[in-house]
Amino acid sequence: MELDALYQEVILDHYKHPQHKGLLSTYDAQVHHVNPSCGDEITLNLTLDNGSISALSWDGVGCSISQASVSIMSDLVIGKNVADARVILDSFVELMQSKGLKTGNAEILEDAVSLAGVSKFPARIKCALLGWMAYKDAVLSASNK
Amino acid sequence: MSELDVAKLRKDFPIFTRTIRDGKKLVYLDSGATSQKPQSVIDAEVNFYSKNNAAAHRGAHQLAEEATEAMESSRQIVADFLGGEVDEIVFTKSATESLNLLAYSYTSLITKNDSIVVTEMEHHANLIPWQQLAERTGATLKWFEVDQEGRLDLSAIDNLITEDTKIVAITHQSNVLGTINPLEAIVARAHEVGAVVILDACQSVPHMPINVAELNIDFLAFSGHKAVGPTGVGVLWGRSELLEMLPPFLFGGSMIETVTMTSATWAPAPRKFEAGVPNMAQIVGLGAALNYLSQIGMEKIYLHEVKLGAYLIERLSSIDGLRIVGPRLMESRGGTVSFTFGDIHPHDLGQYLDAQGIAVRTGHHCAWPLTRKLGVPATTRASLYFYNDESDVDALIEGIIGAKKYFGAP
Repeated sequence: MELDALYQEVILDHYKHPQHKGLLSTYDAQVHHVNPSCGDEITLNLTLDNGSISALSWDGVGCSISQASVSIMSDLVIGKNVADARVILDSFVELMQSKGLKTGNAEILEDAVSLAGVSKFPARIKCALLGWMAYKDAVLSASNK
Repeated sequence: MSELDVAKLRKDFPIFTRTIRDGKKLVYLDSGATSQKPQSVIDAEVNFYSKNNAAAHRGAHQLAEEATEAMESSRQIVADFLGGEVDEIVFTKSATESLNLLAYSYTSLITKNDSIVVTEMEHHANLIPWQQLAERTGATLKWFEVDQEGRLDLSAIDNLITEDTKIVAITHQSNVLGTINPLEAIVARAHEVGAVVILDACQSVPHMPINVAELNIDFLAFSGHKAVGPTGVGVLWGRSELLEMLPPFLFGGSMIETVTMTSATWAPAPRKFEAGVPNMAQIVGLGAALNYLSQIGMEKIYLHEVKLGAYLIERLSSIDGLRIVGPRLMESRGGTVSFTFGDIHPHDLGQYLDAQGIAVRTGHHCAWPLTRKLGVPATTRASLYFYNDESDVDALIEGIIGAKKYFGAP
């Protein structure tokens, strides 16, 4: 059923055991994003070192999709350089906009392909993108320092 | 008082013949957001476009006459429905526009020495216009607080509504909590200091008998689409002497008396507030909607919702880990119930319920200060109407219990 395509086991795992949740006290950039339609909020701290994401931490409230998505994203980008992370981000955004027609490139997106089902539920795409957009904003802000 | 024949009424609503998510019966518990439409309302719009369409109040031809007549009969229906005079009914595109109209029209009448009083449970549509009016004029915005039970705290009423208060804007029934506010004390105090009372009646006009004279208020706003009417039509009712005194908000065609290149004078109310060709088909549809509600009887609708609301609260209360956000007693409360359920986020619960064909609202319900105050980032809301019955409540309860199994015990 469609619901199981949305709530894959890996999503519920990340939701119950979120990665990199809890804000680190040092960072180059801190951003706060909200989803005004539902009240979900995220604060994300990012540290860059020589063009690489050396640290990323976050805290927030939200549904399983938004929380799992930011957890998966954190796992994916930490340790990568900004350009490689950008490829992941673009690939994820493309997947979310695919209206259920794409399954996602597992080599690039790894666990994030489990969120492919979200693209069939227009109201939930913003949930899945909340943390990713916060990350994008934080990179911009940290790079401009 | 005979009870409503819900099964028979549901036959008036074509949408209940469709199914949801692979053949599930539609369980519609989101009437607080918008109501479904009976065939008579759909027909009224179709008939207007098929037979009478022309620009009302313009043109010297038969169709223009018929369009004007259709629109003005709706104005009479609205006036009768609210217990007001026909010239006190202003058609807008939404309740939001009605409230903004007032907030803009009052701009030149409010100074920095004045205060405006709202409540913590306002929908954004009855908060932000006043917040911004205060910002424009330098006036002070004050508000009644909400207690943990979801009722207004009136203990500070004399300190909130004071000699400098010009406007008291308050919701009749909370769209989140279902709380029906005690207007009598607030109206009495407001009038004692010479303030006007503006009632956001979006969640009360569709659900209970309303008489503006008995309520002794000064303005009332509601939207058609929550009262089985079309989208795109709202109503502002105002006391005639106040409408007469207020300057217009939107300028343009048909709201004028005379115009030169450098000046203009205004038509009498309500025309003064109705610039541009109105949403005629929707206004006609609203007339059909209020006729439909009157035929059922607003008192019957109210009693049905209170009874069904009590059943909903009783069944929700029996679920472990479920917290009702708002009053648990049916006294002064309607059939809108918000709740949280353990650690299951409302979005996830709503998604699971949707998969069972159950439509609920999730989020902060355009009342963010309220949900923040009550310490819940988001809630799930079930809002009842006369076309709901116990089977809808039972389906919701079964859905919530199913969600607990699906997502793991809360």
